[in-house]
Amino acid sequence: MTLFLPILIPLVSIILLIACRHRLKCQQWLSISAVLAQLGTAFYIFFNLGESGHLVAQAGSWPAPYGITFVADYTSAILLIAVSLVSVAAIIYSIGFVDQVRQRGGLFVLFQGLLTGVYGSLLTGDIFNLYVWFEVMVISSFVLITLGAEKQQLRASVKYLVMNLIGSMLFVAAIGLLYSQLGTLNMADIAFKLRSEAIPPLVNSAIMLFFIAFGIKAAVFPFFFWLPASYPTPPIAITAFFGATLTKVGVYVMLRFYSLFAQLDTAFWQPVIFVVAGLTMVFGVLMAASSYDIRKILSFHIISQIGYMLMGIGLFSVIGLAGAIFFIVHNMFSKTATFMAGGLIYLYKGTYDLKKLGWVYKTKPFLAFLFLIPALSLAGIPPTPGFFGKFFLLYAGFEGAHWTITIVALVVSILTLFSMVKIWNEAMWKPEVESANLSVKSVRPAAWVGTVIAVVFTLLLGLTVGFTYDYFAQAGQQLIDPMNYIKAVLPDLIVK
Amino acid sequence: MKTEILKIAAAHLKPFLLVLSLVVLYRGHNEPGGGFIAGLMAGMAYVIYAGAFGVNQAKQLLLAKPLFFMGLGITLAIFSGTIGLMNGADNFLTGVWTSISFGNYDLKLGTPLLFDLGVYFTVAGMLVKVIFSVMEEDA
Amino acid sequence: MNILIALLIGFLYAVSVYLLLRRSIVKLVIGILFLSYATNLMLFFAGGLTETSPAFVVASEAQNVVMTSDSLPQALILTALVIGFGVAAFSMVLIYRFYKETGTVDLDDLSDIEKL
Repeated sequence: MTLFLPILIPLVSIILLIACRHRLKCQQWLSISAVLAQLGTAFYIFFNLGESGHLVAQAGSWPAPYGITFVADYTSAILLIAVSLVSVAAIIYSIGFVDQVRQRGGLFVLFQGLLTGVYGSLLTGDIFNLYVWFEVMVISSFVLITLGAEKQQLRASVKYLVMNLIGSMLFVAAIGLLYSQLGTLNMADIAFKLRSEAIPPLVNSAIMLFFIAFGIKAAVFPFFFWLPASYPTPPIAITAFFGATLTKVGVYVMLRFYSLFAQLDTAFWQPVIFVVAGLTMVFGVLMAASSYDIRKILSFHIISQIGYMLMGIGLFSVIGLAGAIFFIVHNMFSKTATFMAGGLIYLYKGTYDLKKLGWVYKTKPFLAFLFLIPALSLAGIPPTPGFFGKFFLLYAGFEGAHWTITIVALVVSILTLFSMVKIWNEAMWKPEVESANLSVKSVRPAAWVGTVIAVVFTLLLGLTVGFTYDYFAQAGQQLIDPMNYIKAVLPDLIVK
Repeated sequence: MKTEILKIAAAHLKPFLLVLSLVVLYRGHNEPGGGFIAGLMAGMAYVIYAGAFGVNQAKQLLLAKPLFFMGLGITLAIFSGTIGLMNGADNFLTGVWTSISFGNYDLKLGTPLLFDLGVYFTVAGMLVKVIFSVMEEDA
Repeated sequence: MNILIALLIGFLYAVSVYLLLRRSIVKLVIGILFLSYATNLMLFFAGGLTETSPAFVVASEAQNVVMTSDSLPQALILTALVIGFGVAAFSMVLIYRFYKETGTVDLDDLSDIEKL
């Protein structure tokens, strides 16, 4: 039952939000209390994982390969906590940032809908159920990205919609292929059958289709172009939330599938992942370096950092996987915080264009400080979490003697530093542009509160890494040897 | 579009489709049918009516706003999942069945039917909401 | 029969790719619909094509049945259809709003709007 709570809480809150849709205050408090409840549940699940580190629930009491299974292990529990922490900050921030029309137009309902999908995708152990949760998530994001229906949003959402639907359809096609070969949809059961029988011919095609489908969802090279086109168009509070959830869930599924299925053919998959990861990093960061809009720079950085997470998957050692998971969590916090600080700059200066911005440091030093911490984290300066994330990954890369990808990662992080410095120089230190005639909007305190919360989370993640690393390593250990996962889901299985 | 033939047909089709949708909903228990298709039928009853008489008149016939039906549907669906919890904390979504006998006919009830009823209301509400909002903008 | 179905699925995919590459946004949405039809059909036949064999039998007749057809893909396709229905409804409304806002259905005419 506990495992279903992360889905039930947002669903129930959607009903309540619909019931009080005319009272904005009620909606705001309800969404905050809903995410706090989700946070509590996430921690409860994390501390009740038990000795084997798995928590399993069968929907409708149907035994494992037949019914839908919900599984939590360290990876999904850590990400559950991270998502609910980020959503606390994001919802408080959007109360202060997003205009009243959008807030009344269903913003909070859609946030909860998106969270339902995210939690479902993190917890499900059934491959078709995963598709359903993904669609719940993606459809909510479709509506969120068009919310307000400005020209640019509509234009961007066409690309977003088409690319995501193609991804979903490839995903379903892959499920069909896999089912026709193995006759099961339970992820643990599939993994077990792949390990115990000769691998049927179409399975590799199915896994390739999965890789492309989640490559589109996670915006890896060469499927990333929808992201910079669509992410900068909605209000930045929504973008911050997207950046923290959508692509990261795509990476999580890649992590899970690599551990359960693709791991069996490392000789083929490791080079593929490394090439894709390296190109994703390089392209993302180069495009970020050439942009002059804060939102665009940060959107391109999402892509570049997805490359690091993929690199961790490809390394597939305990430290590498721990680094990948740590990097996902770090990116959720840091990226959200930078987006939020960028949004505050917009509220005070009226533009995201670096050429028009200037002297934020002089007029709003605290805001500049709030931007600085997550920006340093993205660039990888100690003691921020970005440093530790990159440290784990590079350490694992050198340890496994994967020189090329590791050196690419090093070079890319210098370029990341360059584009963060660019934002800093242009927006904070440059004298204000006189000609800019910019409308300044009113700033509600909730926007500040949300940003501060996100920055504090970022700092805490970096400072407590000594205590938390063990959990990340345990998560990595579980992914390397999925036999315990399989045994936890299918206890009656006789393992040779 | 507002022809007399369509008006008369729509006025007669509406109760017919609504009753038929309930039949299909109950039939889904053991035979082809179910909440989704029945919800589509119920929604279409009002959409056809709106096509003949205009959205405003069709809206007056609805007992509540479409959004209410969607909320009601999700509530029913979640509620049907929690009924199983009576038999222990692990039984979320577990089916519970019962039947009421009328002479020699058994009315079979169970949580799947309740879930289907939730689907029925959600689908009908969503269909009506989407199509009405497009129709309104057009007018 | 299997070959025919495979060819049909391939044909549907070809149609959808052709439509997706058109400039008109209406054809784009029709292409998406065809993509989901092709995929659903593929999912439908994932359980294997078993003609004239029942999905469910009464327990007393279980001995007489040689082969049953797999009913799970039908449940899956139903789920996929429902999701496709929601997505189709959303994309119809989206292109409608799109046309109202921009006054065009040609994707190429819109590249100048994209400037941020």
